[in-house]
Amino acid sequence: MSEPAETPTEKLAHQLLQKAAPSRTVYEDLIIVPVFAIFVALVLGGLVMLATNVSIDTIGRSYIALLTGSVGSLGAISETLTAATPLVLAGLGVAMGFRAGFFNIGAEGQVLMGGMAAVIVGFSFGGLPIYIHLPMALLAGVLVGGLYAGIAGWLRAATGAHEVISTIMLNLISFRLVDYLLKVPFIQKAGRSDPISNAVLDSATLPRLLDWVDPNMRVHAGVFLMLFMVWFCYWLLFKTTIGFEFRASGENPDAARFAGMRSGLIVVLVMALAGALAGLAGANQVLGVLGRASPGFSAGIGFNAISVALLGRSHPVGVLIAGLLFGALEAGGRQMQVDAGVSLDLIGIVQSLIIAFIAAPLLVRAVFPWGFRGKAASRKE
Amino acid sequence: MAMDAVATTSTRKLDTAALRQSKIAGVILILLALVTALVFAQVDGGDAVFRLSRPTDPWVLPDLVVPAGPFNWIAVAILTFLGVRQWLSKTGKGTSLALGIGFAVLIAAFLVWATAGKAFSLTGMLQATVVRAVPIAMGGLAGVLSERVAVVNIGIEGILLSGAFTGALIGSLLGNWVGLIAAILVGGMFGFILAALVVTYRVDQIIAGVVINLFVLGLTSYVSSQVFSEYRFLNNAPVFRAISIPVLGDIPVIGPMFFQQNIFVYGALIMVAAATYYLFYTKHGLHARSVGEHPQAADTLGINVYRVRYIHVIMGGMVAGFGGAFLTLGLVGRFDDNMTNGRGFIGLAAMIFGRWHPVGALMAALIFGFADSLQQKMALLQTPIPSEFLAMAPYIATIVVVAGIVGRSRMPAADGKPYIKE
Repeated sequence: MSEPAETPTEKLAHQLLQKAAPSRTVYEDLIIVPVFAIFVALVLGGLVMLATNVSIDTIGRSYIALLTGSVGSLGAISETLTAATPLVLAGLGVAMGFRAGFFNIGAEGQVLMGGMAAVIVGFSFGGLPIYIHLPMALLAGVLVGGLYAGIAGWLRAATGAHEVISTIMLNLISFRLVDYLLKVPFIQKAGRSDPISNAVLDSATLPRLLDWVDPNMRVHAGVFLMLFMVWFCYWLLFKTTIGFEFRASGENPDAARFAGMRSGLIVVLVMALAGALAGLAGANQVLGVLGRASPGFSAGIGFNAISVALLGRSHPVGVLIAGLLFGALEAGGRQMQVDAGVSLDLIGIVQSLIIAFIAAPLLVRAVFPWGFRGKAASRKE
Repeated sequence: MAMDAVATTSTRKLDTAALRQSKIAGVILILLALVTALVFAQVDGGDAVFRLSRPTDPWVLPDLVVPAGPFNWIAVAILTFLGVRQWLSKTGKGTSLALGIGFAVLIAAFLVWATAGKAFSLTGMLQATVVRAVPIAMGGLAGVLSERVAVVNIGIEGILLSGAFTGALIGSLLGNWVGLIAAILVGGMFGFILAALVVTYRVDQIIAGVVINLFVLGLTSYVSSQVFSEYRFLNNAPVFRAISIPVLGDIPVIGPMFFQQNIFVYGALIMVAAATYYLFYTKHGLHARSVGEHPQAADTLGINVYRVRYIHVIMGGMVAGFGGAFLTLGLVGRFDDNMTNGRGFIGLAAMIFGRWHPVGALMAALIFGFADSLQQKMALLQTPIPSEFLAMAPYIATIVVVAGIVGRSRMPAADGKPYIKE
């Protein structure tokens, strides 16, 4: 509005240019904006450290630690992948919900329920070979996560209960339920008075991939599950009818309904799929990293998954990249805490700022007017 | 003719929906009756003694002594009657009322069963109910204010947390009144940030809210582990004491609940009343609601949609800042990492449960608060039910109620949609 009016020729030139080079703004949105966002978020994070009386020297050391701790060595990459795997899995679930216009806050509870189921199967059934026991435990996580989330989907379809309420309530219920389950004699580790489960048997543990290099490297076969699921979600969303129906009901539920799509069924399916993915994330944690369940073992994965899904713009590949970024920040953040003594919580600030800037291209353009030529496109948004 | 036909079909459709809900409610009520008969009515005599006042109170009410067995069989009878009535109902009317009465009877039966042969301070529990409801009600009210102008505020959790943090920090340095004002201002500031992101920069509303939650959680946890752990005097704020209102505070039961509390409880009640009056009985409230329902129409009438959204989201932020400050300045005087612990989200649930109405949100918050304090007291009474299940009960009840009655409750029509002025 405040920009100088364009002459018709300029307008035409703009339009033609856009047709000739449509990749321009795509390139800006996909590369420049995220790079700027990460950069600005780190600078602001540094300012927060300065404000809390951390010396410049320490700030420098902490950012070096952040880098080396996330991608600086094979061990660091292993940690990054380990942290990213559950985030990507649960994030895919939340993203599927977003695609279908369904806001699933319940990933945290689904991670917990799926993880509990996987642990229970994982420490029972001794004597089975790994190629039967491990898939069984994973499947238990998938099924229980899917069923648990399916409750919210079914309630929405059958009664119209708002999914935000029902998933929040299901989260709260799952926290209490896990607290209770961890004290049941059959699940609680023998001889312990605190709530902790039996350890997962070796035959149900996701094998570590790099322990022949260094026994401390925790990256495990869950990484392949993650990659497979990224491909699977991509295929489902963009290459199948049901995926088209998901997207259609997310874009315009009324139109989808009039086109004959069964909205109730779609809601239940999407929710079950989201829960299955979150349950798999939980199973992945207990079978690959933790080896047992304790109160709050989900450790915020389900809530971070919402951020990952948003950051990845609900696209499976985007979710993968966003999950890797968050995993890197988490792994690097732990190194930062050890090396420079700066609290890991700083990472939360940086993560939130990155999301804010990536979600608001207009804001980044307002802060950095130079370097962006694709103004015409941004105005159309 | 055609219009008539359409009208009849849609009325009939509504009727079937109401009838189906009525049938569902009937089944739920009969199940509750069964639970009551099989569990709660199985008491070996003994009276349940509810203490209503302390011996030191000016007007002392005698203890309420309930014979447990007979009382609970009456409860079973009432529940069965209500259930059968809803099941057979041909009009589908009164479903909400019947379910409401049913749950109240169930809770009464449960209390009597748990207390049989023992004594228990009912007033104490009700007082705790109001205290626990305050932050949830304020979260809900903040949600009502911003969603009525069509801005979804997922960031309430973060704003509550920011209020709690600011209250503790500034309260420790400059006293509790300054701390409270600072908390309200910081809440308003986050409301402003949300409004700027959402209204001016058109960030997706959910993303903006999530960003605020993450940012506040990160910043407050960071400062508390980096600074508070070293300088403890920064996290030791004076707490507001309870002020007893003369005469009103002496009324049995009601007095301790509402008139022997600190300023947060009074403030919360006043704000709910003021917000109700403002939203539904003033010109500006009507403008605000029109912006939430149909921004284009509001714009054509000369209402500045952007400004109205900014103002209300900021007001919501201030309310949430006040509610957050309660956790530190009204209760413990000390900030802990993530001390809101999901209360903002429960506040959102209270808002939806309360049908986007301030009083509804307060009522829903009181129900959550009641369940919370009930669970605490029941742990003392040592019932055979594990305390985790008692803690779950309110959430399960919420799901049942939301599915059973509120069902397709209607949110403001433009909720969540950005408005782009032509």
